Amino acid sequence: MAFNYDHYMRPGKLPHIWCPGCAHGIVMKAIIRAIDKVGLEKDRTVIVSGIGCASRMPGYVDFNTLHTTHGRSLAFATGVKMADPTLNVICVAGDGDALAIGGNHFIHACRRNIDITMVVFNNNIYGMTGGQFSPTTPHGRFASTTPYGNPDYAFDVVELSMGAGATYVSRGTVYHAVPLEKQVADGITHPGFSVIDALCTCPTTYGRRNKLGSATDMILWFKDNTVGIKAAEKLSPEEREGKILTGVFREVIKPEYCQEYQKIIEMAQGK
Amino acid sequence: MSGKEVFYQGNEACAEGALYAGCRFFGGYPITPSTEVAEFLSHRLPKAGGAFIQMEDEIAAMASIIGASLVGKKSLTATSGPGMSLKLENLGFACLTEIPCVIVNVMRGGPSTGLPTGPGQSDVMQAKWGTHGDHPAIALAPASVQEIFNETVRAFNISERLRTPVILLTDEIIGHMREKIIIPEEGELEIWDRPRPDCPPEKYLPYDTSKGIVPPMADFGSGYRWHVTGLNHDASGFPTNKPSLVQPEEERLLAKVTENIDIIEKYEYFKKDGARVGVVAYGSSARSAKAAVRQAHEEGVPVDFLRPVTLWPYPVKPTVEMAEKVDVIVVPEMNLGQMIDEVQRCIEGRAKVVGVNRVDGDPITPENILEKIREVV
Repeated sequence: MAFNYDHYMRPGKLPHIWCPGCAHGIVMKAIIRAIDKVGLEKDRTVIVSGIGCASRMPGYVDFNTLHTTHGRSLAFATGVKMADPTLNVICVAGDGDALAIGGNHFIHACRRNIDITMVVFNNNIYGMTGGQFSPTTPHGRFASTTPYGNPDYAFDVVELSMGAGATYVSRGTVYHAVPLEKQVADGITHPGFSVIDALCTCPTTYGRRNKLGSATDMILWFKDNTVGIKAAEKLSPEEREGKILTGVFREVIKPEYCQEYQKIIEMAQGK
Repeated sequence: MSGKEVFYQGNEACAEGALYAGCRFFGGYPITPSTEVAEFLSHRLPKAGGAFIQMEDEIAAMASIIGASLVGKKSLTATSGPGMSLKLENLGFACLTEIPCVIVNVMRGGPSTGLPTGPGQSDVMQAKWGTHGDHPAIALAPASVQEIFNETVRAFNISERLRTPVILLTDEIIGHMREKIIIPEEGELEIWDRPRPDCPPEKYLPYDTSKGIVPPMADFGSGYRWHVTGLNHDASGFPTNKPSLVQPEEERLLAKVTENIDIIEKYEYFKKDGARVGVVAYGSSARSAKAAVRQAHEEGVPVDFLRPVTLWPYPVKPTVEMAEKVDVIVVPEMNLGQMIDEVQRCIEGRAKVVGVNRVDGDPITPENILEKIREVV
């Protein structure tokens, strides 16, 4: 039986603002299915976002939702989680929001290992403002502010998250919607800071400028150009060349921030 | 006032006042000369079952207190000039989304890094106009350690009742000065909480003002699922750009202040028969001003003295009353002339206004002010 999203959607809030062909809806649906799978209560779940296309997602879904300032979702979410650690807190952010203006909050949330799940809708571009290059736009690619090709080098979200100390780190794509859903579900149940690098597509402001074909072509590109980290082990260096690795890169248990703070409360109260 | 006597510095009194008011969350970032507020609360909040967090930067600290407030915790952050500049982004978010919180700015000298360990009063206009867009501004400027305690409690009360951020403006002098204060018994000072909804969750409209200018606010997690956004929004909380909804929303945010002047405004006005000179001073400069006014009286020069405790909204009425009586108003402040503009604006030429201004890192002395009084008499 097909999954019924209605229970989690706010009536009357669609259509969404995303362009035709945008893959953000695939990530949103994966998040909803993951929430359903894990069994989170709507009343006890908070979804936080910053600014940008991805950050409009909380408006469509029926939870406690907080659409904040550009890049700051994790900082707001940290206050929410610390104030009531029993709440389930999920952040959604675009690549520019999460890693440029929000880069400092991102690495420190990783470092703290606070039990928040961060889903990065990574489409390599600032879509809402019309296609400026972002921290994940590959070197040489075209954007409205890189008319001669991007001189910057991109962040690898997975390596950045692991380097900063996140305890669950994965990468999925909108072509692989089922594994993506599982990663989000595992990120939610993981007791610590989780990052899901959700590779998605922006045909309107990124694909067109870089001649990446139709919206479908862009999604299919992930099929041919990604490889799971386990499968990659069996490939020769030549076969792996140019492939993006997907899967779960880290899943380790480390003391979680709010639990550590609870110990401080008990110590301070002489218990 | 009965209670426990302690010998506190202003920053400690601020932290203690916050706890008294029911503050259970502090998000901060180290900055001189405000750090003692954070240090005190890192020790005391966990004892009270609350939470303290040192965030990665000032912006995050401000964001964290808004997040915590949304879950129902009274929340505080403390900073000084450079940090205040960074907090302004999310201060505007709290204004528009109507999430209560208190921000302490222990003012220091100079623009930029300026004089980190020296006092200043040069953020008073920032407190009014700092964040972008039209927004409500409430700022309290205590002048003693006891008053810091009491005004911190009042800052929380006003913030909660009106669902808007309140700025407590102190400065390096009173922030670090030690005085004996009395911590009142529990219950002695009135504590106000934000209005919360009593309707069934499915009927809840977070910005419904049909029952009053301050709509009830539900805690996240309490069963009322609602949407918070920094975009202009309608009564349901969802974004709108309808001119017919945006204009009244923005006007209501300001009206929350103008229609509640009675609970926000606070000042002391000491009148002297025959005064032809008046002094308007706030914060630590008011201490020097008081001494100068007293000395002038001893020299046989009657002087009126107005001390706004609430700086924003500025107390217009007593200032106009003073201007109608005296020829000259002296405005001492540790900046190059900020509140003097507000005094001039509200008295509309009824009296001459002169400043006494220092930004060299030393306090304005009673002699500085007395000299000006003698000069203008």
